Amino acid sequence: MLNLEDHREILNQSGLEMFQLVRKQFIKSKEAFLNHDSDLAEEVLHTENRVNGMDLKLDRECERFIALHNPVASDLRFVLALRKINFDLERIGDHAYGISSYIVEVDTPVNKEVLEKLDFEEMYKAALSMLDDIRDAYKSGNAKKARKVFKKDKILNKINLKSFGVISEEVQKDPKLIDQYLLLFSVIKKIERVGDLITNIGEEIIFYLEAEVLKHRKKKGPSKSSK
Amino acid sequence: MSKEKKESVIESSIKRKYKLQAKDVKVWYGDFMAIKGISMDIKPNKVTAFIGPSGCGKSTFLRLFNRMNDYVDGFKMDGKINIDGSNINAKDINVELLRKQVGMVFQKPNPFPKSIFENVAYGLKIQGLKDKKFLEERVESSLKQVALWDEVKNDLNKSALALSGGQQQRLCIARTLAVEPSIILMDEPTSALDPISTAKIEELIYKLKDKYTIVIVTHNMQQASRISDNTAFFYLGELIEYDKTNKIFTNPEKQQTENYITGRFG
Repeated sequence: MLNLEDHREILNQSGLEMFQLVRKQFIKSKEAFLNHDSDLAEEVLHTENRVNGMDLKLDRECERFIALHNPVASDLRFVLALRKINFDLERIGDHAYGISSYIVEVDTPVNKEVLEKLDFEEMYKAALSMLDDIRDAYKSGNAKKARKVFKKDKILNKINLKSFGVISEEVQKDPKLIDQYLLLFSVIKKIERVGDLITNIGEEIIFYLEAEVLKHRKKKGPSKSSK
Repeated sequence: MSKEKKESVIESSIKRKYKLQAKDVKVWYGDFMAIKGISMDIKPNKVTAFIGPSGCGKSTFLRLFNRMNDYVDGFKMDGKINIDGSNINAKDINVELLRKQVGMVFQKPNPFPKSIFENVAYGLKIQGLKDKKFLEERVESSLKQVALWDEVKNDLNKSALALSGGQQQRLCIARTLAVEPSIILMDEPTSALDPISTAKIEELIYKLKDKYTIVIVTHNMQQASRISDNTAFFYLGELIEYDKTNKIFTNPEKQQTENYITGRFG
């Protein structure tokens, strides 16, 4: 039987492990996509089982924590937030898996020039930087850092919006490559979705730390007054 | 509107809004200051839970509302306690009538060594009510209110001491209800009961709040969060935080409250 404090620390560490694991998956999916590295993509597919296992384990631990300790106040907010964070991280893992599956299935790498036009690398970079910020915010219990991701998500949204025009132009130029461009469009959607999931995690961290519910509200970046 | 009329309108609106009011209440037992200037308003038909570590003054504060501390050695009080806007410590207050209006249920069930019927009818008989039919009706309705009627209706003449602990506590609540109070004070009413009896009492409290204003002292955090509308946290004779139970148990304002309810006190 664990006391509440120790049990909470175990949950916290498991949350961090999940962050690390999903971050690695996301970085590998980026490398695999940009370098059309099917071996690395296979590695991501293979590791997906670990992400799912970790997700189930963390879920079970959260349930056990609630059942054994009847948490209230910040303990309750922590465990409620962690369950949702875990869910969102698992979904990010799914997106890394999805992107990697394309690499395994498709033979031809995507045209680099088109990727440049789309600011594709910048999009990946912004998503990864959001993931790092949110992991740090979780690790250090820093709501200000968590708020940072709301602003950065706008970069992803902008690139996502732009992508439709750029891709449709490229398809018109060379309709034979339509499969490749549809795939690229789908990957961009996935990265944009990763950004949304990271902002969800940001909301959960703020809920846990400040008891403020930001869901379905217009988000603001960090202000001078915020913690 | 004249000044007097205005004042009377304000007064009657306060009466409707707050059933119980404490204004800068201080209590001493000899030299020891048990309550250090507490002000609090309690709304009618709500369950208000008092929580806090042992010796924090919550039971002392509870007992002020029916003047149960009056006979404690060295007891001295300053400040004002109002029920429906009237000062219950005023000279002309009839304490017996006050206790009819403010019933009390204690930690351990304390039925009298009498029959179940006699226990419930006791308060009414003391008031001089003797009409058999009236007494029977009131005993039945009181036992029904505490969901004990079906369990004891054929054994009303049996000794109350033959009932289980949970049944005895419900009987004591029925005894309190029989005299038709408007406020019920409960001092850890389930601390001596098993979980099933506790659940029955909690369900009862939930139902009773439609008719009564209930104030309960409890050491059980889950109980406070389950049954109360508002929660007051006491510490060292002071009221640290008083708010909606939902707020106290999800996001208390004060760190002391957070530490206490999460078990990180001291």
